[in-house]
Amino acid sequence: MGKLIRLIPLILFIALGAILFRGLSLNPTELPSALIGKKFPEFSLHSVLNAERTVTTADFKSGIKLVNVWGTWCPSCRYEHEYLNELSQTNRFTIYGLNYDDQRVDAAKWLTELGNPYQFSAFDEEGKLSVNLGVYAAPETFVVDHSNIIRKRYAGPLTPQVWQNEFEPLIAQIEAEFLASSTSKGSQ
Amino acid sequence: MMFSKLLIAACLATVTLFSSSVLASPVDTYVFKDKVTEIRFNALNKELRCPKCQNQNLADSNSPIAADLRREVYDMLQQGKADMEIVDFMVSRYGEFVLYRPRVSSLTYLLWYGPAGLLFIGVIVVVIILRRKPVKNAQKPLSNDQKNKLDQILKHK
Repeated sequence: MGKLIRLIPLILFIALGAILFRGLSLNPTELPSALIGKKFPEFSLHSVLNAERTVTTADFKSGIKLVNVWGTWCPSCRYEHEYLNELSQTNRFTIYGLNYDDQRVDAAKWLTELGNPYQFSAFDEEGKLSVNLGVYAAPETFVVDHSNIIRKRYAGPLTPQVWQNEFEPLIAQIEAEFLASSTSKGSQ
Repeated sequence: MMFSKLLIAACLATVTLFSSSVLASPVDTYVFKDKVTEIRFNALNKELRCPKCQNQNLADSNSPIAADLRREVYDMLQQGKADMEIVDFMVSRYGEFVLYRPRVSSLTYLLWYGPAGLLFIGVIVVVIILRRKPVKNAQKPLSNDQKNKLDQILKHK
């Protein structure tokens, strides 16, 4: 018994060491989003390419949506842009842009020169929608499902590998859920 | 000589440290309706963490997101929102993470009450050790073996 008590500090030390060692390999920028499972916030902003046009959540198409936060000041956005162009070829989902803290002229030039993967890009000059979305940097990509519920938030540039690991399974899952709910409605 | 040089170096270091921190803090030109609102604004900015630069609060940070959030705090104060509402607004968007002083919840019990618990355990351990009766070796009579040994040692002297 006495010997066991003497071992307690050593055991505590090892346990603490294990916890702290695990902390070393965690990524502190990977924050859980507070908005998963909530409705996409309402917004009313002007489009980047057409200052006259106001875009709102009503302008979202009915299927799965990716909302990509970008800015011309953000090197990682430039890096992922070509892959976004590639992704926009699919008809499984539609991509929308949220242009954050940017200059309209620069943003429009970027879209005309580099290609436009977005159905529209909302021009969020004051960061109102970005704050409502809990955005803290760019690029960030949100997955929004058929009923406008936010299903995922990803911070960082999209690459084929990230897509395969993080997005593809979720997109497939949402498609399956939608199929199941629409067939059950159909049979009623 | 060596000491005075060190002293001068320390003074210089302190001066640069403080002046640079003053220069680095962002300057916003917000106008408040009264002094209390201004104090609340500054207090909230100190309590809320900048989500991008994680070891700075909103008041410290120069990043665009911190500037946006400061404006958001200012707008809400101008609208007459309570501090709690503003904090709730931030938490519902950025998570508990934005609070430098986490709320008391089942997740943070260990954080809030852990140190007090450890202190309590420590006090108990100390009390147990202090109350344990010391073994009174001095009052025990010597055994025959011990007596013989002692005699031998004394003889040798």
